[in-house]
Amino acid sequence: MALDTAWAIDWVRRTAATIDDHRAELVTLDREIGDGDHGENLDRGFRAVVEAVDSATFDTPGAVFKTVATKLISTVGGAAGPLFGTAYLKAAQAAGDTAELDADTLVAVLTAARDGVVSRGKAEVGDKTMVDAWSAAVDAASTAAAAGEGPERVLAAAADAAVAGAESTEPLVARKGRASYLGERAVGHRDPGAQSTAYILRAAVDAA
Amino acid sequence: MTVGILVVSHSAAIATGTVELARQMAADVPLVAAGGTEDGGIGTSFEAITEGIGALSSADAVVVLCDLGSAYLTTDTALDFLDEADRARVHVSQAPLVEGTVAAAVAAQTGGDVDAVLAAAASAAASAEDVSSASRPTGDRPGGATPVDDGGPVPETVASATVELVNESGLHARPAAEFVKAAAKHEARVRVNGVDAKSLLAIMALALPQGATVTIEADGPDAQDAVDTLVALVRSGFGE
Repeated sequence: MALDTAWAIDWVRRTAATIDDHRAELVTLDREIGDGDHGENLDRGFRAVVEAVDSATFDTPGAVFKTVATKLISTVGGAAGPLFGTAYLKAAQAAGDTAELDADTLVAVLTAARDGVVSRGKAEVGDKTMVDAWSAAVDAASTAAAAGEGPERVLAAAADAAVAGAESTEPLVARKGRASYLGERAVGHRDPGAQSTAYILRAAVDAA
Repeated sequence: MTVGILVVSHSAAIATGTVELARQMAADVPLVAAGGTEDGGIGTSFEAITEGIGALSSADAVVVLCDLGSAYLTTDTALDFLDEADRARVHVSQAPLVEGTVAAAVAAQTGGDVDAVLAAAASAAASAEDVSSASRPTGDRPGGATPVDDGGPVPETVASATVELVNESGLHARPAAEFVKAAAKHEARVRVNGVDAKSLLAIMALALPQGATVTIEADGPDAQDAVDTLVALVRSGFGE
């Protein structure tokens, strides 16, 4: 399936479903090193996103991303709202009016999303945040696209790398976010935002 | 210039409580609370922040004080959605929420412009080190210029004076704010009865009444001028 508007809408639905499935796990991850609301907040956000997407029509993937952005920003309530919201907003801008994402546009979309998260949260790779998953995804997507892979393979490479990026947060001491108050005690725990980033990108692959 | 203050907290109770506390000392300052999520939970609300800025549309400038990390993220996101003219009016302080709001409100109440209000909020940080990190970035200076004192120890001027508080309310909110404003204009480190004279809350915590003796000490390049100015201010009775 092409990475078109129907894909973008299916991605949204699958994201809401996977976040709902993993809500308890995300709550547990966040309770260990944060304030414990990540799963609930994202679940509420993506439910609102699905409602908004169901009640409108879209011409482009970018238009879908923009609706996701504004709904997440206005409904999530925790840091994930502005962070994922900004990611989707920048993704929407990078996608522009394109009806179907090719490999290069997909890399541009993922890069813009990652850059949006970085500029919003001021975190860098290695700070034990969702940036670790986003950056791994962008690097893998760029490599795959440069090797001449098609958009679906590029997306799969990004999603696989995001899982590895999320796992890479486990041994780290957090330098940003609520977990940064814990110092060494955050070591051994996976960052919940990196984990949900991996689930979101996996849903994109499943929709393709 | 009127400066409005928006208090952004994860908790509605903290936001409204902080506004109440500040209003006690700054009755004429427009203060708006934006705490908690839409459904009354713990979190920060993009809509509440946007509405709060809107509610302060008659102020010439808005200073926003935030509690924890995502309060800043949500505020920054809300600012991105404002048009340019509105965006230019809004300033986010990095000061601690409760102390910063009180200091900012008192500065606004005494007619401070937006820079004075931001400086007052920054001065509310707990220690001198916090003050400097809250009010300006540390580390490399723009342009790569290095401070002149790198070449070796420069003799510092030290000055001090003791003076009696003649005004009726002593060093209470408004006089304290004027005192801090005057002290902050000097480069020298200034201390009053042992506390940082550039910290409004530290001075207010001294609770010095009429008739109390105030010792002002300063060290740094304009130490003597700082002491002279502050002594004159105290002797003038702060216009009371």
